Amino acid sequence: MAESDTDKNAPLLDVRDLHVSVGETDILKGIDLTVSVGEVHAIMGPNGSGKSTLASVLAGRPEFTVTHGKVLYGGQNLLAMLPEERAREGIFLAFQYPVELAGVRTWQFLRASVDAVRRHRGLKELSIREFDKLLDEKREVVKIDPEMLKRSVNEGFSGGEKKRNEVLQMAMLDPTLAVLDETDSGLDIDALKIVAEGVDRFRSPSKAIILVTHYQRILNYISPDRVHVLMDGRIVRSGDRELALELEKKGYDWIRESVAA
Amino acid sequence: MTEQRVISRKTGVEDTDYKWGFELDIESDIAPRGLNEDIVRLISAKKREPEWMLEWRLKAYRHWLKLGSEEPKWANVKFPPIDYQDMIYYAAPRSQADGPKSLDEIDPEILEGFNKLGIPLEEQKKLSGVAVDAVLDSVSVATTYQEMLKKVGVIFCSMSEAVKNHPELVQKYIGSVVPYSDNFYATLNSAVFSDGSFCYVPPGVRCPIELMTYFRINEMDTGQFERTLIIADKGSYVSYLEGCTAPMRKTHQLHAAVVELVALDDAEIKYSTLQNWYPGDKDGNGGVYNFVTKRGKAQGRGSKISWTQVETGSAITWKYPSVILQGDDSVGEFYSVALVNNHQQADTGTKMTHIGKNTRSTIIAKGISAGKANNTYRGQVKIMPTANGARNFTQCDSLLIGDECGAHTVPYIEVRNPTAQLEHEATTSKVSDDQLFYLQQRGLSLEESNYMIINGFCRGIFKELPFEFAAEASQLMRVSLEGTVG
Ligand SMILES: Nc1ncnc2c1ncn2[C@@H]1O[C@H](COP(=O)(O)OP(=O)(O)OP(=O)(O)O)[C@@H](O)[C@H]1O
Ligand SMILES: [Mg+2]
Repeated sequence: MAESDTDKNAPLLDVRDLHVSVGETDILKGIDLTVSVGEVHAIMGPNGSGKSTLASVLAGRPEFTVTHGKVLYGGQNLLAMLPEERAREGIFLAFQYPVELAGVRTWQFLRASVDAVRRHRGLKELSIREFDKLLDEKREVVKIDPEMLKRSVNEGFSGGEKKRNEVLQMAMLDPTLAVLDETDSGLDIDALKIVAEGVDRFRSPSKAIILVTHYQRILNYISPDRVHVLMDGRIVRSGDRELALELEKKGYDWIRESVAA
Repeated sequence: MTEQRVISRKTGVEDTDYKWGFELDIESDIAPRGLNEDIVRLISAKKREPEWMLEWRLKAYRHWLKLGSEEPKWANVKFPPIDYQDMIYYAAPRSQADGPKSLDEIDPEILEGFNKLGIPLEEQKKLSGVAVDAVLDSVSVATTYQEMLKKVGVIFCSMSEAVKNHPELVQKYIGSVVPYSDNFYATLNSAVFSDGSFCYVPPGVRCPIELMTYFRINEMDTGQFERTLIIADKGSYVSYLEGCTAPMRKTHQLHAAVVELVALDDAEIKYSTLQNWYPGDKDGNGGVYNFVTKRGKAQGRGSKISWTQVETGSAITWKYPSVILQGDDSVGEFYSVALVNNHQQADTGTKMTHIGKNTRSTIIAKGISAGKANNTYRGQVKIMPTANGARNFTQCDSLLIGDECGAHTVPYIEVRNPTAQLEHEATTSKVSDDQLFYLQQRGLSLEESNYMIINGFCRGIFKELPFEFAAEASQLMRVSLEGTVG
């Protein structure tokens, strides 16, 4: 990146030496990550290594404390922003465990969030007709039954339906940076294809995607620019698509050993 | 359908969270403080009541004396003793001394007041599709849509008018569901009730519009003791709405109403309440004591009585809209949202008494507590020996906002018939951080997120309300929680 350039040329996301803890426990121990528009980054790593923590901190989850480091988003200090401001500014988190909202109809939830985000971006509110048209279009992509939109958000949804619902929300909100936390977990083969194609369709030169995953399978559909391995709160290795294939074959031990060495 | 059916909104009063707190500047005819036989006689005389009505009042008054100002003590509410001799039992706008008038004779200040409340009474502006009986302090000031109702044979008027014009109906049914000796407050009400609404729907008539009574306390230190009586004759249907507000006062005001419903064979009464009496300030000063007896008798075979209430106001709410399921195959329903904030207290619930065969009742009660407030659901399901095949389903859900509030569920079940089937479910939940974060991550503010979760919690109840009331209800929740969430 050129030194004195303005925000335009700055990376979309710039994480520098990020340390995060919960209570007394350090979870992230110095993360550096730079993501530019047009890129897809995959983050892999063993259970409990801190992948979701990183995703949550980017989205502003209050229970985590940043003890050191900074995060710039489009050149702005991301950590100073409220979660809803980050969302309105274009950060979207597809949750590893989508939350159930009893009694809140999915349709109404989508409408409220689309309104909130559009209002912030200075776009006019969609009429119900315009909204439904947009919804129909996006819904088709992830093959969500319109009846599901009448149900309470995620309540009684199957694991796979919840994940597809997350992708639908992403498509509706049209974010700039999408962080997908294991959106490919728990999907059958067909659903994986649907979700992956949905995400791939979202890919664009003006957007970026961070894909947290355990499986290189999804990367067959969404080819990443970079693959990072997170272990015990640090990115211990970065590489290209090949790294994911290697991990699939060999597991994590060889990296662990080379890090320890 | 119609556009303008919202019943209350901004009133121009600033610097306060209670937007209905203004006072009307009208001259009133006020009885001297205190309660004695003369006051009872005065009220009856003011209303030019027949002898039988006065006699009934006096019986109630004498019974009340025997109770020795012993209020019921079993409810989970606390308040300093009420001085019943320091209260005013009758206040009427002077211009209304002779009861409801035609609209062009009503004091413009009163019309303007109801306008501010969102209840226009003038012919051109009145709420479309809702006939309104407007009650100010002790008297009914106007009833709209009288002509249209008359055409289909529905009687909808103030209680005072009913006593004069339909004495046979009033005499037959008043006290038939809530006898004057029922409980302390009902007895007091029977002695001094001032006005209220009366409705009779003739056999086979489906009342073409919603009926509504809007209660408004204006005078200081007056109690409001209205009495409502609704009779649905065989095969008829009526949907009735009730809304209420009061000005902000530093002292407490007593509201002790009685509502009686009677449904004959195959008749159905749907009774909805949005209760928004002044709740008092943040420190617990002032506010209305809402001690109300509401009961319906599903008297006829296949009859149905359904109570839906959204209770957001009052310093104290003590209220148990109940159904006596007397007719075979009759149905009783109770859908409730009670929200308390700051120092408010609510002890509310229902009583379903199954007498007839194959009677069915449903109770869904949602309590929301915030601030330092306490919310108690108290419900009784009683299956009498005659009630073969009776069924009840009860669900009580509590939602807590913050750590200083409380929720309590007190179910009483009495089953004296082995064929009865009862189901009871209860849950207590908090608005979870996970839910809030999820909504915020989708761009909603913390406050919006809270309202969305709270509205979701109430959805099962709001859907029972007439359409235009539902929007109003969710608006009320918002106003009542302002500054608490987010
Ligand atoms: N609120 C919390 N309190 C205590 N510990 C936490 C909390 N949140 C996360 N942790 C811990 O931080 C570590 C990292 O968790 P995180 O969810 O980020 O892992 P992950 O890499 O996403 O794992 P997985 O692949 O299983 O989803 C774990 O040891 C977890 O137990
Ligand atoms: Mg995770």
